[in-house]
Amino acid sequence: MDAAGWDVEETVRELRQYFKTGETKSVTWRKNQLTAVLDLVHEKEDAIFKALHQDLGKHHVEAYRDEVGGVVKSATKSLSCVEKWMTPKKTDIPLLFFPAKGEVLSEPLGVVLIFSSWNFPIMLTLDPLIGAISAGNVVVIKPSEQAPACSSFLANTIPQYLDSKAIKVIEGGTDICELLLRQKWDKIFFTGSPRVASVVMSAAARNLTPVTLELGGKCPAILDSLPNPSEFKFAVKRIVGGKWGPCSGQACIGVDYLLVEEKLSSSLIELLRKIIRIFYGQNPVESKVISRIINKHHFERLCNLLKDPLVEASIVHGGSVDEENLFIEPTILLDPPLDSLVMTEEIFGPLLPIITLNKIQESIGFINARPKPLAIYAFTKDETFKRKILSETSSGSVIFNDTLVQFLCDTLPFGGVGQSGFGRYHGKYSFDTFSHEKAVMHRKLFLEIEPRYPPWDKFKLEFIKLAYKLNYVGLLLHILGSKLGLKRYN
Amino acid sequence: MKIQTNHKNLEARDLSIRYLLLRFPPRVVLFTKRTRAMSSEDTEKTTTSKKSAFDAETASLLVKELRGAFGSGKTRSYQWRVSQLNALMKLVVDREQEIVDALRNDLAKPPLETVAYEIAMLKNSCKVALKELKHWMIPEKVKTSIATFPSSAEIVSEPLGVVLVISAWNYPFLLSLDPVIGAIAAGNAVVLKPSEISPATSSLLAKLLGDYLDISCIRVVEGGVDETSALLQQKWDKIFYTGNGRVARVVMAAAAKHLTPVLLELGGKSPVVVDSNINLKVATRRLIAGKWGCNNGQACISPDYVITTKDCAPKLVDALKTELEKFYGKNPLESKDLSRIVNSNHFNRLTKLLDDDKVSGKIVYGGEKDESLLKISPTVLLDVPRDSLIMSEEIFGPLLPILTVDKVEESFDVINSGPKPLAAYIFTSNKKLKEQFVTNISAGGVVVNDTSLHLAVHSLPFGGVGESGVGAYHGKFSFDAFSHKKAVLYRSFFGDAAIRYPPYTNTKMRLLKALIGGGILGIIRALFGWS
Repeated sequence: MDAAGWDVEETVRELRQYFKTGETKSVTWRKNQLTAVLDLVHEKEDAIFKALHQDLGKHHVEAYRDEVGGVVKSATKSLSCVEKWMTPKKTDIPLLFFPAKGEVLSEPLGVVLIFSSWNFPIMLTLDPLIGAISAGNVVVIKPSEQAPACSSFLANTIPQYLDSKAIKVIEGGTDICELLLRQKWDKIFFTGSPRVASVVMSAAARNLTPVTLELGGKCPAILDSLPNPSEFKFAVKRIVGGKWGPCSGQACIGVDYLLVEEKLSSSLIELLRKIIRIFYGQNPVESKVISRIINKHHFERLCNLLKDPLVEASIVHGGSVDEENLFIEPTILLDPPLDSLVMTEEIFGPLLPIITLNKIQESIGFINARPKPLAIYAFTKDETFKRKILSETSSGSVIFNDTLVQFLCDTLPFGGVGQSGFGRYHGKYSFDTFSHEKAVMHRKLFLEIEPRYPPWDKFKLEFIKLAYKLNYVGLLLHILGSKLGLKRYN
Repeated sequence: MKIQTNHKNLEARDLSIRYLLLRFPPRVVLFTKRTRAMSSEDTEKTTTSKKSAFDAETASLLVKELRGAFGSGKTRSYQWRVSQLNALMKLVVDREQEIVDALRNDLAKPPLETVAYEIAMLKNSCKVALKELKHWMIPEKVKTSIATFPSSAEIVSEPLGVVLVISAWNYPFLLSLDPVIGAIAAGNAVVLKPSEISPATSSLLAKLLGDYLDISCIRVVEGGVDETSALLQQKWDKIFYTGNGRVARVVMAAAAKHLTPVLLELGGKSPVVVDSNINLKVATRRLIAGKWGCNNGQACISPDYVITTKDCAPKLVDALKTELEKFYGKNPLESKDLSRIVNSNHFNRLTKLLDDDKVSGKIVYGGEKDESLLKISPTVLLDVPRDSLIMSEEIFGPLLPILTVDKVEESFDVINSGPKPLAAYIFTSNKKLKEQFVTNISAGGVVVNDTSLHLAVHSLPFGGVGESGVGAYHGKFSFDAFSHKKAVLYRSFFGDAAIRYPPYTNTKMRLLKALIGGGILGIIRALFGWS
């Protein structure tokens, strides 16, 4: 532990030293590294699929759709835009300060730490990394030890492709996390649970390190009645895709529970069953297209949620578990008690509670009575209801008539609010998250506004008042009135 | 270092805010001494407010009440925001004299400084917010990629909820109300905790905000350590803190418990690099305006020290002497145009910096003190060693050390070897040096050929980096600081692709793979229904 401690400290020291050389600030370096990320996922695709299968039983198509594809898209986008993002933004300066020029310059923060999570171990590591690289930082990555195959894949492969003087992968569990958190970072990017996030942020407070916290929460899906049967079917399909599709519900933006009007519940359950059968077959454990639970601990946690007799009684579909394979069948619960664990905690697994309401409009109050989620999904064609959801609820994002696709939309910031975290990334936002926006003002030394300086008198006071109002005519009259205003030096 | 070891053993859950605040008080919180400049009426007021104990329970009730008011949705409306901003504007206009008086009480601040840097800046902030608010509130449409076709997307700015603003004593009026303007503009309910070190302004703020603003959503809590720790135990949706790094750590650790985002406006040793071959007279005057002309050096963006070349140093000192005398006369302690030191604790701190053996004999101008009036004259020190006390902490007062280097480029290493400052200034006419400075010096803001002016430009974000803080505000940036940017995506029901859903087949994978060759668009098309 002592030896390991020295190691971490030394690593950070070396990284800081390397950052000071300015190497990582150049466009060429950034572009080379982004290209290397693309090469990595391209050339090591099979190894990635294998690791993901080992850790989570993820099907390779799902792995491509949710992880590799996302990385390719992010890296390509950053590669084509990084130069543009780096260009200083010119700003207007009031005429009063003439001659002057203002700009906002994005500069790298320095040495940053990325904690990624086990559910999308490749995507949630490489996507923030792309942001950190684009912004010109040096990086330490700490992959989740709960996805060991992916963690060791990253630790072995990243040094082969990326500049190992600037980007390090440190593997390990709680001990290593503690050691890492004892170092001084210029930014910590954390993906995971609120409990750990709180520890990370208090550690960051010691060095005033800014943090981005990507957490989760109970993301609700609201299903309004949709008169057109084909639309209803699409909606339910998208809900199934949003619940069991990404890592069998082990996703921060996965659907957590479903809100629906009571009269709709029976036809909904029937359709859900049908679609689940089409997607995952009669015997989902054998279908191999659905991920397993990450580990025994989480498996037991989920079984525990179902153990509550009232919850167990609410199961209307599925409910079978296979401890040996760490597999839980897609399970639907109808109106489990609202004070049961399954409705008070983030589920993060393949259980879908359906909560029935008298009127779908009640869903707003229902959502507001709980912590702010990372996403709200609402299936409705009612424009008034849409506006109400937008203005009366709060969440990281709101998606109408689909699930998960916000993750693919680079122009939208991705991040939570309240209990679901703060800070945002994706596309340009990733670049901004890892940059400091430096305000720069250029002045010239020849024109001087005399009333700026003491000794103070009435004339100067009046002048300043007018100046703040940007009342140039008034200023001119004021100056002409007393002829004391501007002096020219040179 | 000391702070780090102390924090090491503290777990998030048993972090005692009160303990930390007491252990690392904001400069002088513990020993605030009344100065004779205070009127007896003010003293009385503060004593009574001390008596009515504001504890965690009261704080929790206050937050609950404000949360209720925020929940009613009234702060969200454009009308409410505008009415509050207008009321704030009216407050500033109506009560100018009282504000000037309060600041004279707290800091002997020259009326012109109050008007120029506090009142006028505030009016300006209000005006910008009033003018632009409608525009800021409009959801920002963004392009959607083919990945999500057919769809439309926008970013909606929504208020965070109930926010806490803790402000500082050096610009007690501006630094209290400027963030409040941002919070109101973004539609939040606000609690303001002004600094107890500027008691006259604190009690004036409490009175005026109660008189002019909607007290169901905007409140002032006066007090020191006890009140602050009671407030920090509550769950806020944002904490905006202006002050020093030690307290900022306590604030952020407290915020961590509730995962509350923080905006920390701190300070640091803001350097001024003076190159040779420039119009030294203008440079000096601008340096003086930023250093002594802004609350006698007690400002977070004040020039803290100067780095110049050995050749240039004597000329700079001469220019400083001449201009300082022009501004503040032969006896600056008597000048009405200089603020005094805020209290005896700070006075003693500054005295200690001058008494350091390493800098004794380095004073080339000033150095006069009057303890009874808490006045220190503008003081220039030449060639101070870098390991002296005055060079190891933020000065925050009227002392200006000058470091000399052989070549002006060496100044970069000097600056970069310390913590990142809030501002960095350079006076030069060398274009290349200018560029190097701008790219290689990391600071909250950089001003070339002037000091402190960037503060007044609303189109520039104002905030620190590293030790000088987290987050930025002013103008639209204030609005953004108090808003959550909600991503909204609208989809319709057509354009569903089988390839998105299981069962995953080899055909689907082959299709995906084949489309990789066709570029990223191809993949996305395949994924989302255009295959």
